[in-house]
Amino acid sequence: MTKEYKTIREIAGPLIFVEKTEPVGYNELVNINLPDGTTKRGQVLDTSHDIVVVQIFEGTGGLNKECGVRFTGETIKLPVSKDLLGRILSGSGEPLDGGPRIVPEDRLEITGAAINPYARLPPKDFIQTGISTIDGMNTLVRGQKLPIFSGSGLPHNEIALQIARQSKVRGSDEQFAVVFAAMGITNEEAQYFMRDFERTGALERAVVFLNLADDPAVERLITPRLALTAAEYLAYEHDMHVLVILTDITNYCEALRQMGAAREEVPGRRGYPGYMYTDLASLYERAGVVKGRKGSVTQFSILSMPGDDITHPIPDLSGYITEGQIVISRELHRKGIYPPVNVLPSLSRLMNSGIGATRTREDHKAVSDQLYAAYAEGKDLRGLVAIVGKDALSDRDKKFLEFADMFEDRFVRQGSDENRDIETTLSIGWELLAELPEAQLTRIDNKYIQKYHPAHKGKQE
Amino acid sequence: MKNKGEIYRISGPVVIISGLNTKMYDVVKVGKEGLMGEVIGIEGDKSTVQVYEETSGLKPGEPVENTGMSLSVELGPGLLESIYDGIQRPLPVLKDTMGDFIKRGVSANGLSREKEWDFVPTVNKGDKVKGGDIIGTVQETVNIQQRILVPPNISGTVDEIKSGKFKVDEVICTLGDGTELMMMQKWPVRKPRPVSKKLMPVTPLITGQRILDGLFPVAKGGTAAIPGPFGSGKTVTQQQLAKWSDTEIVVYIGCGERGNEMADVLYEFPEIKDPKTGRPLMERTVLIANTSNMPVAAREASVYTGITIAEYYRDMGYDVSLMADSTSRWAEAMREISSRLEEMPGEEGYPAYLAARLSEFYERAGKVKALCGKEGSITVIGAVSPPGGDFSEPVTQNTLRIVKVFWALDAKLAQRRHFPAINWLNSYSLYSKALGPWYDENVSPEWVKLRNDAMELLQKEAELQEIVQLVGSDALPEDQQLTLEIARMIREYFLQQNAYHEVDTFCPMDKQYKLLKAITAWGDRANNALESGALIEDIMKSKSKDDLAKVKFEKDFDSALSVITKTMEDEFAKLGGK
Repeated sequence: MTKEYKTIREIAGPLIFVEKTEPVGYNELVNINLPDGTTKRGQVLDTSHDIVVVQIFEGTGGLNKECGVRFTGETIKLPVSKDLLGRILSGSGEPLDGGPRIVPEDRLEITGAAINPYARLPPKDFIQTGISTIDGMNTLVRGQKLPIFSGSGLPHNEIALQIARQSKVRGSDEQFAVVFAAMGITNEEAQYFMRDFERTGALERAVVFLNLADDPAVERLITPRLALTAAEYLAYEHDMHVLVILTDITNYCEALRQMGAAREEVPGRRGYPGYMYTDLASLYERAGVVKGRKGSVTQFSILSMPGDDITHPIPDLSGYITEGQIVISRELHRKGIYPPVNVLPSLSRLMNSGIGATRTREDHKAVSDQLYAAYAEGKDLRGLVAIVGKDALSDRDKKFLEFADMFEDRFVRQGSDENRDIETTLSIGWELLAELPEAQLTRIDNKYIQKYHPAHKGKQE
Repeated sequence: MKNKGEIYRISGPVVIISGLNTKMYDVVKVGKEGLMGEVIGIEGDKSTVQVYEETSGLKPGEPVENTGMSLSVELGPGLLESIYDGIQRPLPVLKDTMGDFIKRGVSANGLSREKEWDFVPTVNKGDKVKGGDIIGTVQETVNIQQRILVPPNISGTVDEIKSGKFKVDEVICTLGDGTELMMMQKWPVRKPRPVSKKLMPVTPLITGQRILDGLFPVAKGGTAAIPGPFGSGKTVTQQQLAKWSDTEIVVYIGCGERGNEMADVLYEFPEIKDPKTGRPLMERTVLIANTSNMPVAAREASVYTGITIAEYYRDMGYDVSLMADSTSRWAEAMREISSRLEEMPGEEGYPAYLAARLSEFYERAGKVKALCGKEGSITVIGAVSPPGGDFSEPVTQNTLRIVKVFWALDAKLAQRRHFPAINWLNSYSLYSKALGPWYDENVSPEWVKLRNDAMELLQKEAELQEIVQLVGSDALPEDQQLTLEIARMIREYFLQQNAYHEVDTFCPMDKQYKLLKAITAWGDRANNALESGALIEDIMKSKSKDDLAKVKFEKDFDSALSVITKTMEDEFAKLGGK
């Protein structure tokens, strides 16, 4: 049995400093026995012969120098088994649903090892989310990490749920297993997610980790790692395709900053620690497809941009790691358009490898580019109209102006239960493009115009 | 002298050891598993070590051993076609020994010890050789011959020289003083390999990318930076450069980048054919991949590993281009380690030595006369990822102070799907002048003027656009409307280039010249026609103008262009004008 030390020298914020220990391993898991008989858990952050620094996950409330500290001799592990599916666990992996403890098939390190880039398979399987702005213009593929950049008060949760509900790979009815990790979201938001999972029966194929707003911030640092460990286990050991939803990355980063400050680290931009890029990468990079393994991990994280500022360190660093982003627009939301996805700053870096003749349809890329260009032009013209008035526009420009409105109304707008397949999305795209003079469709090859343009389509058949 | 000590303290990738006699930058084996680390500070009997592998579970008191060597790479046949991590461990070997995930405590040789190479000597017994001299050759890949060099610090008389099939660590040459030479040599990565003389760069690196070759060329042996906010096409530009640059060797460092993106590179490069030789591009490439979630200290080392390999090929007399994507991740690795060391931070938490490290790195680029007498070069193209797209941040600023070429990627252009999204107003090249004579001789004496005129026109467009924003383009006088149109043609027909189009992806200098010349010719004729009273509406209807838009995609460019030129002449003859 491991020794219990009663040698806490100092308690500061979420950290305790323990002295006169035998050698303790870095990152080791620590149990702390409080005088009232309860136990808290922590992790070694810094270890030396003289002093060991431990961060306490549940916060240091109630701790005093008389607490007993036990070093477990192992790093944090998650007990995994296929029975994880359908379970609701706390942010540190304890069952919350009253069910039995997980009988583990294996116990895995939650930090996870980096996938050898040479062992990765470039992701290219199109995921149909049923949302036009994503499928049509910012296509998601299996193994991708594509966050939603949103802001407070915007319907990102609804969108995430719709994606979790509708996502499938074309040609297969196989549904995704969902691993959902809540980090510091409110009880209300969590309930919203849980109710929807229950309503749609998604819970049976979901693993839920809940760290709510009133749970200790430090715990947030391990919640996503538990979730990703579970996801990797299901994907790589049980051949499942797993969709991981992490919400909200911003809360995670706040917790990271809080820890950094408690450790008196030199802060980087806006007080966030200098290693935030590496730390975020250790989460985001745990998406992918591995050669020779059937499963995959796809990440769909939610990130609320403080002050809607996309240059804020959290969205900025995320954008450098993830393969694109879906940007939610307050302006569209105010217009009452759901889902208010602003396609212009949105991007999917892996789109080109996931679309085309064999994967979606041959004209997909061209239609997407043309919609994009025309919408961008229409939006620019709105700015001009504000200055010179609509009458000053040429007929051509008026068409583009109208196009932008129609695009928002028919392509972007859809019901929260409306599941459009990619053909529907593309044909809506074509109907809109048909409103523009044909000569303006410069980004589409003539042979696709002949084949798919509503004006020609009938004639050819 | 003790070369065994123990761990005193562990904090992330930084480990403090005690009781070990070390020198700065010695490589040490840390803990029971022998994790690789490097000494980066010494105080009293304690040394600070950055460890290249995950340190979870390490305990104070575990043993540490000093290898007495600095962090070195193995140089010799077998580098090409390799895929390494930041400390030259071949990723395929790591996959074989530890599976799909990178675990720790595994060492792997940079060069295969099993493979035999056909060594052909080029010196004879009794010849005097000195450091850097070529003693023989090995056909490393179909088109690249590796020249086997005497390590820089060795000289003597050849006592015995062998010929035939050898492994890299077998003796192929013995010198008079008994020194044994192998095909493989080691070199510490943080120390530049010596050269005989540094030369001025006077030939351009031909990249086949019109905005780069045409407007902002980099010289062979020069340095360039591509800063860009995320999503602005930085990676595609880097990859285009790696694919098409006319250098013999390409070293590509994926430093702290995305795993999926690296996987794409690893998949794509072996498939792409080198446009000149028709052989797979991989045969002239060394890839270094240290993704963002691999250990941060190895990321810090990866750029040094890469440039040392580049220097080795330069010393053989080859032109090498090195792409580092991204140097910001490298700088962040420095910052992270510096903060673990509790060093006094400089700007934005970066260490105060950031500028020095960056300039040391870029200074290893250059055109040189190698020790063997041949001329070689390293062109360094570093990507920078400024946070929030803000170019005033320390990494971008310190980089700009050193590099001579700046390709400013612009998110706005990318959003408008103008690719490559390089902003022609903010970018610059300080080589334009030095390269002038080369263009006069190899492209056309007209080229420099054509290019300068185009730049001037684009500048003028920017000024006119400000007015258009306010009053609309119809309010401009006709000649200015025409100026806008010609500038648009330069932007869309010349500067825009489709990296995914089979023809347009690479554009030779000659084609660039003819295309720009044709656009300029159309502009001149249009201006003349306008002056002689033709209506602007009629000029705008020109068919040759629309044809020019697509000519860059034509397989048979020359004949398509001559048809257009003919149309142009006819049209303007009808419109009048000189």
